[in-house]
Amino acid sequence: MDTTAKPQYDNGVVKYLTVGAIVFLVLGTFMGTFAASQLAWPQLNFDIAEITFARLRVMHTNTVIFAFGGMTLMATAFYTVQRTNGVKLWSNTMAWWTAILFTIGLLAVVVTISLGMTTGKEYHEQEWPLAIAVALVWTLYTFNFVMTIASRNKETHPNVYVSNWFFMGMMIAITYLYVVNGLAIPVSLFRSYSMFAGVQDAMIQWWWGHNAVGFFLTAGFLAIMYYFVPKQAQRPIYSYRLSVIHFWALMFGYVWLGAHHLQYTALPDWTGSLGAVISLAMIIPSWGGALNGMLTLSGAWDRLRTDYILRFLIISLAFYAMSTFEGPVMAAKTVNALSHYTDWTVGHVHSGALGWVAMVSIGALYHMVMKLWKTEMYSMQLINFHFWLATIGTVFYIVAMWVSGIMQGLMWRAYDEYGTLAYTFAESVSAMHPYYAMRAFGGLLFFSGAVVMLYNVVMTIRMANAKASQKVEAHA
Amino acid sequence: MSDQHDKPKNIQDGLERNIFALFVATALAVSIAGIVEIVPLFYLKSAVDYTETTDKYGNVKNEKFPELVWERTFTEDANGKLVADKALYKQDKNGKWTLADWKKGDGVRPYTPLELAGRDIYLREGCYICHSQMIRPFRDERERYGHYSLATESMYDHPMQWGSKRTGPDLARLGGKYSDEWHVMHLLRPQDVVPESVMPAYPWLAENMVSEDFFGTKRDMQKRLSVMRTLGVPYTDEEIANADKAIEGYTEMDAIVAYLQVLGTMVKLDDSKVYRQ
Repeated sequence: MDTTAKPQYDNGVVKYLTVGAIVFLVLGTFMGTFAASQLAWPQLNFDIAEITFARLRVMHTNTVIFAFGGMTLMATAFYTVQRTNGVKLWSNTMAWWTAILFTIGLLAVVVTISLGMTTGKEYHEQEWPLAIAVALVWTLYTFNFVMTIASRNKETHPNVYVSNWFFMGMMIAITYLYVVNGLAIPVSLFRSYSMFAGVQDAMIQWWWGHNAVGFFLTAGFLAIMYYFVPKQAQRPIYSYRLSVIHFWALMFGYVWLGAHHLQYTALPDWTGSLGAVISLAMIIPSWGGALNGMLTLSGAWDRLRTDYILRFLIISLAFYAMSTFEGPVMAAKTVNALSHYTDWTVGHVHSGALGWVAMVSIGALYHMVMKLWKTEMYSMQLINFHFWLATIGTVFYIVAMWVSGIMQGLMWRAYDEYGTLAYTFAESVSAMHPYYAMRAFGGLLFFSGAVVMLYNVVMTIRMANAKASQKVEAHA
Repeated sequence: MSDQHDKPKNIQDGLERNIFALFVATALAVSIAGIVEIVPLFYLKSAVDYTETTDKYGNVKNEKFPELVWERTFTEDANGKLVADKALYKQDKNGKWTLADWKKGDGVRPYTPLELAGRDIYLREGCYICHSQMIRPFRDERERYGHYSLATESMYDHPMQWGSKRTGPDLARLGGKYSDEWHVMHLLRPQDVVPESVMPAYPWLAENMVSEDFFGTKRDMQKRLSVMRTLGVPYTDEEIANADKAIEGYTEMDAIVAYLQVLGTMVKLDDSKVYRQ
């Protein structure tokens, strides 16, 4: 037995979550592409209640954010926490329960939303029985993660590595915000009424809503960045100090930003302005973090030419830097007056979600597939192909939404020479058609990339399994 | 090596060595924003246009802008039943349930059972994904949609439906702009009335009875109104007791149209007043 040199880790549950995440990526981007097509060609609603645009859009957001994003976060957290602390999971059984229940829960969320069971709270649509279940599973995940860190050998691993801070911060904030925003009284098994109303509800909803972005989609994926970028580049993180500042500024600062979604609304002006000011200040830690990741590559930039997985990781940081610049700009009041309610917001979300979150996840998932199955990828060329499909798809998407968003904003406020509104709302809708088509095309490219990934990963696993069984046979 | 991790060098080092301490410190760091930004909204009167709750039933008044809310007085009668001096809705001579003492523009009031059921349908279909209900104080929005929205106008909305996207127009003051027939035609086939529209059609609304909920279960309006009262929306006991009867015989289409037609019609806002800084 030659196991003393390298500790054995619990890999089974990570394997399951890795493949699950990729499957949900395919499903979620398919729903997104289909929903995008419905806006360009409304006949695609087919008069079927279960797939009308609004329901499909919510199924899409839940699938990509919570199912794909959540499973990626679980896979990477369970993978990295063992390796950065030099221990197995505190409870492998609990991790399996977490993974299985999360899968079932999220499938149930998507189905119930399709049936029309919703709280009517954006990014928190799952109704109360499922919301409770999801919160409980999330607590299991957090507990197991923290206990794994606590069980490390403090002699060999005295300080907890930075990726773990980000993971844990994400888990804490998400639990706290999700539960508060979800407070409601049930009126039936399928429906509940939010405890909050009006202006308080709006603020609480965006306090949660923006931090589904700020914590779930940022802090969690920064944890991924802090482990996988140095690993894939085979270099230590550029600056420890910067990561400390990045962490605390993010934990403290991000939670304030929700108010910038409600500028010029019936929310008191001071709250919106506070949200906007802190949003602006957030450029500094965000860019600090992005630079910290990118500069980890200094002296090894040539690897980008040959290492396609590293490409995903690094381009994700470029998109992260871009969208964390764009965000504060859009939070500024004068810009927000134009951009709010338009497609620009949708474009901004997707430059973060496709460019940053999905790309960094894809990089980490490829990395894990190779490590977990101890194999090379079935096809490196297909990874390269995926990279270009994803990148070009994202660019198509964002550009289409920039143009349509700014155009909408300008058309709505345009006046003719007689001082009356220049355009009816319907005119602004028909002007969007080419951009909606272009966006759907961008989505189609991104979705195709996800399909290529799934194929490549399935073939890799089959290849690895075949090799493993050959070895066994050879030994026998 | 060993003396290096005997004593933490600084606070950060200490936190990095003790995961539970880091847990607590992080939890504190993420809590501050909510305390500063959200808690005041529950007690600052200016956050809801100086509308105040006056009794434990959730009844309200507004001394600064009296036109904003519909005021009525709640008392308990001899049998311990909650009654009010004015009725929200009643059964007319023909057996139809209609509004009683409230007139258009009398101020924000709770929804009637049919409107509330319509609002549930509005949520079910995800209308808020494409339609906002929040007019901002800009000249073009004023001309396109009407007076800017006030917090009081959504104080009974659990949850609020301000929305975040205008793929379609804002609906905050939609009520009364089009006829009921227009709404029915529009919901059945939007492109028939607005050719440029990208809105889906909702033909099933006209086929389903609103008294039926998911899987043929009953839409329990009594329960829904009483939960609303628990949450601070003032209904009398009688209004709750009649809630199921008040939606009988109506389709989901009737209900959602009733809801759409009340949007923005509750308050008559005074153009000469500055409601919000």
